[in-house]
Amino acid sequence: MSVDLSQFIPSFLEESFEGLELMETSLLNLEAGDNDTIHSIFRAAHSIKGGAGTFGFDAVTDFTHLAETLLDEMRDGRREVDPKDIEILLTSVDCMRLLIEAARDDEEYDEEKIKQTTKQLSQTLANTSTTNDVNAEPSTIENEHAVNDEASDEQSIYQIHFVPEHNLAKTGNDPLFLFNALADLGDLTTVANTSELPALTDIDPQELYLSWDLTLKTEASQEDILEVFEWVEDDCLLEITKAENKNDAEPEENSIAQQPEKAVQIEQANTTEENTDVAVQSEQTTQNTSATVVDEASTSKPKAKAKVEVSSIRVGVDKVDNLINLVGELVITQSMLSELGSDFQMDKIERLNSGLEQLLQNTKELQESVMRIRMLPISFAFNRFPRLVHDLANKTGKEMELVIKGEQTELDKTVMEQIGDPLVHLVRNAVDHGIETADVRLANGKPEKGTISLDAYHQGGNIVIEINDDGGGINRQKVFAKAVEKGIVEPNATLTDSQVFDLLFEPGFSTADQVTDISGRGVGMDVVKRNIQSLGGRIQVDSTMGKGSCFKVNLPLTLAILDGQLVKVGTETYIIPLISIVESLQVDRELINKVSGDMTLYRLRDENVPILPVYQLFGLTTDFTNIENALLVVVEADGQKVGLMVDHLLAQQQVVIKSLKDNYQQVIGISGATILGDGSVAMILDIPGMIQMALSYAQTKHQKNSTSNQSAIGEHC
Amino acid sequence: MANVLVVDDSNSIRDMVSFTLKSAGFQTVEAKDGLEGLSKAQSGKFDLVISDVNMPNMDGIELCGELRKLPNFKFTPILMLTTESSTDMKMRGKAAGATGWLVKPFNPDKLLATIKRVVR
Repeated sequence: MSVDLSQFIPSFLEESFEGLELMETSLLNLEAGDNDTIHSIFRAAHSIKGGAGTFGFDAVTDFTHLAETLLDEMRDGRREVDPKDIEILLTSVDCMRLLIEAARDDEEYDEEKIKQTTKQLSQTLANTSTTNDVNAEPSTIENEHAVNDEASDEQSIYQIHFVPEHNLAKTGNDPLFLFNALADLGDLTTVANTSELPALTDIDPQELYLSWDLTLKTEASQEDILEVFEWVEDDCLLEITKAENKNDAEPEENSIAQQPEKAVQIEQANTTEENTDVAVQSEQTTQNTSATVVDEASTSKPKAKAKVEVSSIRVGVDKVDNLINLVGELVITQSMLSELGSDFQMDKIERLNSGLEQLLQNTKELQESVMRIRMLPISFAFNRFPRLVHDLANKTGKEMELVIKGEQTELDKTVMEQIGDPLVHLVRNAVDHGIETADVRLANGKPEKGTISLDAYHQGGNIVIEINDDGGGINRQKVFAKAVEKGIVEPNATLTDSQVFDLLFEPGFSTADQVTDISGRGVGMDVVKRNIQSLGGRIQVDSTMGKGSCFKVNLPLTLAILDGQLVKVGTETYIIPLISIVESLQVDRELINKVSGDMTLYRLRDENVPILPVYQLFGLTTDFTNIENALLVVVEADGQKVGLMVDHLLAQQQVVIKSLKDNYQQVIGISGATILGDGSVAMILDIPGMIQMALSYAQTKHQKNSTSNQSAIGEHC
Repeated sequence: MANVLVVDDSNSIRDMVSFTLKSAGFQTVEAKDGLEGLSKAQSGKFDLVISDVNMPNMDGIELCGELRKLPNFKFTPILMLTTESSTDMKMRGKAAGATGWLVKPFNPDKLLATIKRVVR
């Protein structure tokens, strides 16, 4: 029978990538004499090699074998742990990843890099006293076998004299099974020799006293027979002789080609002689070209296509158990309610209420548990950074260390996958442009080694990721000057620090010809910001000249559900994400300030907040057009506050986000939609988008000849 | 139906061994390292143990030695599933009481053919 193992490829891949990650982190932390770590690195490589061999990813197997050999020498203490070797091993990890990815996607890989690293590895290996003859198993014996194999096409008769040692059974071997296996090869007759059998009183039931003379008539070769005795050959006296009479005709090559299966079988089986490893590559076994061709043809495994990417998630059993438990409770509540409903009278209203309350509780808990299933510790996103910083430090010649905190903070898998690249960008910038060179640091009275820290923590239903560096900080003046030069801001504008730092995220900033201090701070930063915003998050910058910078990324825990404030405008209900609401208030008419144009400002303590009438923005009719009897929801995005003018505040509730883009199309000012309890559809407001709308609206009004974009507001007013 | 304890720290290998055995009509219990293997071994009855050698916590050779100390496992076949079957490995395995060794890369048909030598 044949068992198809291709279904296990995805799990092998997942495991391999985990193994590679483990190798990488461990290598970065490896210190001489830390045997446990070396062992675990070795094990990871070993597992990958084993698995890759099984699936026929030969390139992976061969390459990994070299790295494994090097690790093995370290493990056995035959080799000192040398920083240079660690660099080579790190590069090897990259190569293995490359090879495995290539195998997964069934694509070509960068052969040059592999070749180079292979060479490096081989050279390193050759430098020790114990040179390993990699893969080079003697092939001379095999050739002799090949000749024998050809002969074994026809039935031969073997005489087997088998005298097991008395304690053979202690290793779990049983002669009966061996004979059964022999019987599978052909016709077997057994004759037991009982002469050694002691008197009944002296018999130890755990010992073997018999020996056997077996006659086997078979097409199989002597090696096949030897293989059956593979595990006991050291614990027995074994003599196999071939009866001469049938062994005359040397078959010609043709006959082998006609029986390809047999040829292969023999080759696989013929590897057990003496101390030859069973794993000897079958290609080496014979010079007989026709047999080799046959072999290759029949063993070339069907190329497993792992392209269909079924993304999977590993969930702790406790989480699943909890879920099942909750579903159980839900079922109980449901049966209680339906029983109540089948025969309802008004006097049962109290029970109905308590039942509904229970349902609410169940639903809430169920929701939380389901969300938790998608949550992974953020270490999944963080653990690539030690390597990144290590490499960058090498490249830039700066000394620095990376401190990671809060890596157990959990985050939605999708958010995690998408936050990786922006974080890499931020960390790279911190290394490249934040941390100064050692002499500059020393001159400024700072420790020679720079520090970059990554921190993740929960803050009110959100997750905050901080990237701190103790480098030179951002030069406010230079950023401002650059922004003026680029025409992003007016020269006479007064901006707060956070507004200035926000300029770094302007697309115009990412050009190469920048003032050196701030170069790179802007490279692709607009993309970083866009990515974070598309996840419903925001990014803030804080920086002190000479002390360092802090980039703070605020992300929702999940993309599926949103905490929202329901508001009413005209006949429409909208949802404002709670994350962006600063406060809601009743308008005090004395604090209203009309400025030129249509712009109305509201004095909120020491700030002036522009008022944005939602009905105007979306072109709705409502009775509440006068600001004095309307409500104001103050929201904040991109360091800018605005007051959204709405008719009524309704409930706060969690809503399930449905994408407008997938179901309809992208609409400016709207981030998505949801279905309310009464079945109606409500739009979720996109606060940054709305502020953008309002700003361009105000700008067009303000400076009629301005060139800024008109489209946003035009569509909706 | 024969019951087999499969010990391997690699999920995919363990799954594959288990799958192969099940498709041939065996029952399997899985463990992810020697320690777990030992504890599962004590709580069940097994006709065969297939164990990886290189594992965290307790390696396969150690596991084998520990199993042989248990009355139930005195004669139970214990096969080591390894990548290298060096003479040294074989010696250590034998000393610990291993019945035999299976060599990775793992091939399902070969595995089934081979374990017939120690179990029905």
